[in-house]
Amino acid sequence: MLLFLSRIGRYTLSHLAAMGRMFLFLLSALALSFRPPAKIRLILYHIKTIGVDSLSVVVLSGFFTGMVMGFQGYYSLRKFNAESWLGSATALGLLRELGPVLSAFMVTGRTGSAMAAELGTMRATEQIDALYSMAINPIKYLVSPRIIASLIAMPLLTAIFDVVGIYGAYLVGVGLLGVSSGSYFSGMESSVVFHDVYSGLIKSVSFGLIITWVCCYKGFHAPPMATGVSQATTESVVLSFVFILVWDYFLTAIML
Amino acid sequence: MTQTRTEILVGIFVLVGVICLAYLAVRLGKLELLGNQGYVVYADFASVAGLKLGDPVEIAGVKVGKVESIGLADDSARLGLRVEDRIKLQEDVIASIRARGLIGDKFVLISPGASDRLLGSGGKIRDTESPPDINELIGKLVGGDLAPKSAQK
Repeated sequence: MLLFLSRIGRYTLSHLAAMGRMFLFLLSALALSFRPPAKIRLILYHIKTIGVDSLSVVVLSGFFTGMVMGFQGYYSLRKFNAESWLGSATALGLLRELGPVLSAFMVTGRTGSAMAAELGTMRATEQIDALYSMAINPIKYLVSPRIIASLIAMPLLTAIFDVVGIYGAYLVGVGLLGVSSGSYFSGMESSVVFHDVYSGLIKSVSFGLIITWVCCYKGFHAPPMATGVSQATTESVVLSFVFILVWDYFLTAIML
Repeated sequence: MTQTRTEILVGIFVLVGVICLAYLAVRLGKLELLGNQGYVVYADFASVAGLKLGDPVEIAGVKVGKVESIGLADDSARLGLRVEDRIKLQEDVIASIRARGLIGDKFVLISPGASDRLLGSGGKIRDTESPPDINELIGKLVGGDLAPKSAQK
């Protein structure tokens, strides 16, 4: 009985401690992000890896998401003879929900996993310890530029995703299914308000923070061996997805 | 060389992203960068049920402004309508609230007047028509006394 109790206690405590470590990691990374000197070159490099390198996959997935929304929106709106609302349905869906979430998924898969693997390998090959021994704070040097870069790059990627998706749906709805071009855009413009755009951007900024936070933490604290790196990569992607969806629910509930 | 290449790529990315962002914010979100343009006139209605902030103000089907404020004044609803500067409203224009289709969006229709005097900023439109209450109309239709009642009004 006592053994059973202690096992439950140990399990709970170890998980609580892991959560606390993760949160402290976030706090120190954030605090160091906004303390000079800012490493402009490093930030620039990470905007390239997060933003530019994910651009092709974000554009591609945005385009096809938009085209699918064109078909599906048309299918369900046709039942009410409301095909002219296709533009507004697509734009609201993309701006508020699909744009931020799907582009965050793409960045997690494209860049977040690479971050975890890179930092995990640096941990395994003792490069992080080497930074410590050179009196360079590895969080300041490795994590902070990535956080700033993701805060800049994510909303831009989301905006690109939204615009490409809207034109993808336009291509299907107007070009293929014969919705009138005027009603597509006027319906969109009349029903979208600035709050929709704004809430989508808030989401994407917070998702950017979640991705770098989770992936850097997992990589930074990876067990220093080959399986540790692979494990850290997998965990970082899965945990990022879960965090993004859960956080998305709360943000939507707050900002509706 | 690699440094400058990174910079160029990031520059292109940021530029494209900002253009998309601006497109979404200005075209779709109707964010007004240049502050408020145009002037405001007021109009009192018996009911503005269904009208929302930002709904269009139209003359002959052309959008000339939007609903900026909805408030209450002496038991009637007072709308503030922001109208573009190039549009001159005569003193005796008629403002009415119409709907596009049975369940469509509401909008404010302004029918031009004939007076020589123009409404300035802060002016008040005196002639207004409230929207027909769909439920009331259906009730009358079912009751069979639609024609006489509406003729009396």
